[in-house]
Amino acid sequence: MNFSQKNKLTAAYFFLAPALSAIFVFFFIPVIAAFFISFTDFDIYSLSNYSNARFVGLKNYISLIEDPLFWQALKNTFFYVIIAGPLSIIVSLLAALLLNSKLVRFKSIFRLTYFLPVVTTLIAVSIIWRFIYHPKFGILNYLLDLFGINSIDWLGDPNLALPAIILMSVWKNFGYNMIIFIAGLQNIPEYLYEAAELEGASYWQQLKSITIPMLAPTTLFISIITMIGFFQLFAEPYVMTQGGPINSTLSVVLYMYNEGFRWWNMGYSAAIAFVLFIIIFVATLIQFKVQKVNEAIE
Amino acid sequence: MFTKFYISLFKLIPLLFLLSCHSTNDVESRVKIKFWAMGAEGEYVQKLLPQFYKRYPNIEVDVQSIPWTAAQEKLISAFASDNLPDLFQLGNTWVPQFVALDAIMNLDEFIEVSDKISRESYFEGIWSTNVIDGSLFGVPWYVDTRIVFYRKDILSRAGYDKFPETWDDLLDASRKIKKNFNDVDKYAIYLPTNEWASFIIFALQNNSGILKENNSYGAFRGKEFREAFEYLINFHKEGLAPIGISQVTNVYQAFAENYFSMYISGPWNIPEFNKWMTGELADKWGTAPMPSNTGNYPGTSLAGGASLVINKKTKNTNASQKFIEFLSEPEIQIKFYTLINDLPAVKVAWEDSLLANNKYMQAFFKQFHNVTATPKIAEWEQIAFSKVQQYAEEAVRGTKSIEDILISLDNDVDKILEKRRWLLSKKNDKD
Repeated sequence: MNFSQKNKLTAAYFFLAPALSAIFVFFFIPVIAAFFISFTDFDIYSLSNYSNARFVGLKNYISLIEDPLFWQALKNTFFYVIIAGPLSIIVSLLAALLLNSKLVRFKSIFRLTYFLPVVTTLIAVSIIWRFIYHPKFGILNYLLDLFGINSIDWLGDPNLALPAIILMSVWKNFGYNMIIFIAGLQNIPEYLYEAAELEGASYWQQLKSITIPMLAPTTLFISIITMIGFFQLFAEPYVMTQGGPINSTLSVVLYMYNEGFRWWNMGYSAAIAFVLFIIIFVATLIQFKVQKVNEAIE
Repeated sequence: MFTKFYISLFKLIPLLFLLSCHSTNDVESRVKIKFWAMGAEGEYVQKLLPQFYKRYPNIEVDVQSIPWTAAQEKLISAFASDNLPDLFQLGNTWVPQFVALDAIMNLDEFIEVSDKISRESYFEGIWSTNVIDGSLFGVPWYVDTRIVFYRKDILSRAGYDKFPETWDDLLDASRKIKKNFNDVDKYAIYLPTNEWASFIIFALQNNSGILKENNSYGAFRGKEFREAFEYLINFHKEGLAPIGISQVTNVYQAFAENYFSMYISGPWNIPEFNKWMTGELADKWGTAPMPSNTGNYPGTSLAGGASLVINKKTKNTNASQKFIEFLSEPEIQIKFYTLINDLPAVKVAWEDSLLANNKYMQAFFKQFHNVTATPKIAEWEQIAFSKVQQYAEEAVRGTKSIEDILISLDNDVDKILEKRRWLLSKKNDKD
């Protein structure tokens, strides 16, 4: 390393220093603190007097394993991610394909309308959807009524509450991924399609052999971002059902919030956070691996 | 030379001014206290301030209104970051938490010397919610409790011109109401499982201590709690009370539409019922104290309400106490009632014609003479909101037997109370 290179590096560190120190102070320190707290029974009694906190080793993690409510929350969250994740990606892709079609007019208006739910406050959207789902006055049941289907208590039925929340969040979120898909679609060189057309490939063949493979990096990005976001399901059940009926919409983050900020069991809550972190981390790794394998096959 | 001298003299003026203020009296110097109140209370208490300033021109009150839904988190976070105001409002079931945090001041001495506040002028049950281990930590500001709102017309059709005063009569009236309607979609009483109050009230009436051994273990599987719990769950099982809770998005509308005829709730509902029960329905509803199973009517209910507490670290103790005294004056309490319908904590205020002539209020007044505090421990909120409600919902849906449900409830609660047991044993070792 010669002198000027070293100098350059110092300059780079110098410019990065403010951002790095902010990240260190506001991100790493709290994460490390939370990690320590997850091995203690830090709670409301400990806030005023630290000597009331005990080091409990892995007890929080062990009681988490024994906690039926945590398993319920985990089950609900996985169900949500596995159903809502792919569903939302498929809907976004379909919307992107439609909007990217040369036949569609007023594209920007459609793009705007589809994107509108994304920028609307989640709280407002959740409240509106509570009305839509209302068993007596909701518009959804009104429509079902027209087809002779009896009104359904969407958010009050333990079997339907989570699907109802999935429906809402797919509607709320697909616009964001749609925009990214559109950008991805516009990056596919036109000549590939022209060549395919000359060869006599049908629309479906083009979709299968050009569009989807060319979108692979975009899809990977979207699926990771969507999955991470969906694992953190919180505001929808918090506003619409508070986790009920009989905990059928309790998500991991909602459970963590309740334990930490409603009942002040900080140690337990921190343990939940780290378990969630590990789950998301592993799921992301798996996705990367799957993508690599796919690429290798092709 | 001269100019310089004059300038330095000039500089001295503010200093002299400060000194002169100081020398007269400490109280005379202007004091600013910060006061946090929840929701509407925070907004309306500001209308009382001009009157306060007239009497205490040297005290300035900076009122901050914080929303009820996030109040507890905000207050505890403020405590953690050492940002609590001098004076704040607490739901009286939160007092134990803030005592556990060692965040609020012991008020025993203040009450002893105060000539404006005395224990006797308050409802006994309410006052005692602020007493933790024999010491007072809050002064009741306004009070609430749970009573029954009922449809007079529907009950009288069921043969009850007066509201049932015993558990047996309540059940009997409910069965008759259901029979008269003869409709699956019409219920006698609304006992939602996301409101723990009813489940606790009936248990308290049945002499359940809710918890046992110095509040360090659950007493839910005990006979007292079980009987009350079974009694209430039976209403759901017999179809006298609706099972789900999301059918009722608007309680008042459901009440007006005969969806149910009785509802156990608090005083904040009166203006709402007045708004919805109009026209023909206007005089068809009433309020009644809780029925009982001991023969002494009324049976007990919850000692609810909000208290005023002082931050332990405040530098403005004196001014904060003055403001508490001001808010506790009967005229001010009445004025506050007219502003936002918060029921006065001071008994004398109830003699005012405004309350004495209000037919809906008399039931509350009677009830306040028999109210009981829920266990005064920091963990109570978690036990009530998460555990009692969770297991009540399971019981209503009939997923498990009541016996099993109450055993699970006890186990969960015992786990929550483990820390409390440890702290108690630590304290005993010291003593």
